[in-house]
Amino acid sequence: MLSVFWAVLRRDLLLAFRQRGVLVHHLLFFVLVVALFPLGTGASPAILVTVSPALIWMSVLLAALLSLQRLFKPDYEDGTLEQYLLSPEPLALIALAKVLAYWLASGLIFVLASPLLVLLLGVPASAVPVIMASLLLGTPTLGLVGAIGTALTLSLPRAGLLLSLLIFPLYVPVLIFGAGAMRAAIEGLPAAGALYLLAALLMLGISTAPFAIAAALKISME
Amino acid sequence: MLWLHRFGSLPYFYRVSRPIALALAVPGVLLAVYGVYGGLVNAPVDYQQGDAFRILYIHVPSAWLSLFGYTSMAIAGAVALVWRLKLAEIFVVAAAPVGASFTFLALVTGSIWGKPMWGTWWVWDARLTSELILLFLYLGVIALHNAIESPRSAARACALLSVVGVINVPIIHFSVEWWNTLHQGPTVTRFGRPAMEMAMLWPLLCAALGFTLMFGWLTLWNMRAQLLWRERRSRWVKKVFSDA
Repeated sequence: MLSVFWAVLRRDLLLAFRQRGVLVHHLLFFVLVVALFPLGTGASPAILVTVSPALIWMSVLLAALLSLQRLFKPDYEDGTLEQYLLSPEPLALIALAKVLAYWLASGLIFVLASPLLVLLLGVPASAVPVIMASLLLGTPTLGLVGAIGTALTLSLPRAGLLLSLLIFPLYVPVLIFGAGAMRAAIEGLPAAGALYLLAALLMLGISTAPFAIAAALKISME
Repeated sequence: MLWLHRFGSLPYFYRVSRPIALALAVPGVLLAVYGVYGGLVNAPVDYQQGDAFRILYIHVPSAWLSLFGYTSMAIAGAVALVWRLKLAEIFVVAAAPVGASFTFLALVTGSIWGKPMWGTWWVWDARLTSELILLFLYLGVIALHNAIESPRSAARACALLSVVGVINVPIIHFSVEWWNTLHQGPTVTRFGRPAMEMAMLWPLLCAALGFTLMFGWLTLWNMRAQLLWRERRSRWVKKVFSDA
């Protein structure tokens, strides 16, 4: 059972790293949104620091929305997904492996790139560990929850806007606790509470979302 | 239990749903009218809020139904996913616009109430915000249903989405409350809750029950329409129309 998990994970990671351009696109999207923002608000450091939690988390949310649309699409188009459904291995496990591979190739990049970007916004360096921790705990949950929405809209040709309506309301807790932890860290307040809650959401996501993704894939392939 | 199995038969459901819907509609409308009239005209004036509190007789039942509607959709959704009951699927799809309307009504009346009480149309109060997100959850179900062509998979997708949504509703509510306490709240987010005077409470209970019956009536009526559309090629539907 575990061997299929590793096999799917390896395959998806291999595919992701064969298209390094796409990995760079994730990073560029993140950098561009953050870099364009001061052009709209003015470069006053006070404003930038105040809005930085919202800015970082909203750009992560938007990046997740854009990249999640491709999560199952290639497998759906070339028939791999049908083979997953037909195989005796548990579909939920395959889905979990796919989400993990997706996160390693996109969410992790945001986590690693975030210190540079928040320093660009004038956030104190002491807040950086908490910011990285909040992204590390929050972005996998975004992938897990978003994958349910992607799986439900799999058969639709252009699902982008619909997908945002489906998953953004479900992203509210992650946004609140993620940006909350970041805001607390910037103000020098303890952020552990928000981080624990993010971790709790992640555990809930890991333990329940794969089954919902599997059910959604089955509905879409009916 | 045999009578329950009969509801699996769609023509049977179509036949009996009409009298059931009417049996809900008549007392529902009467109770709602009685409750709203009692609230707007007969109930005593509130000593703090004056006459402005009277919008509560529409606001509270709507807010209650927004939650009741989504919960009932999720229960029906779970039934639809586990037992593949067609009627439960249709219920999810049919209840969504009704529930969304009540949610919208709750938001609008809340906003109108907020203007004289808080001095502004909108406050990022925890309850208001989670109600707004609940409206988005409803709209997501409706949009998903509209987007998927095959009615069967559309309804099943909506069933799954409502189950996922209902798990999230308490989490969203909790997180929004947590978020709101981080900020300094507006000075009057919630009024002190004195135990309500019976003369005020009684019309409210009537209105809430009446609105709930009306929810059942409207949902059943919508289910009948959905059913006719989904089964439009079957013989029994053609017979319904040729008899009419």
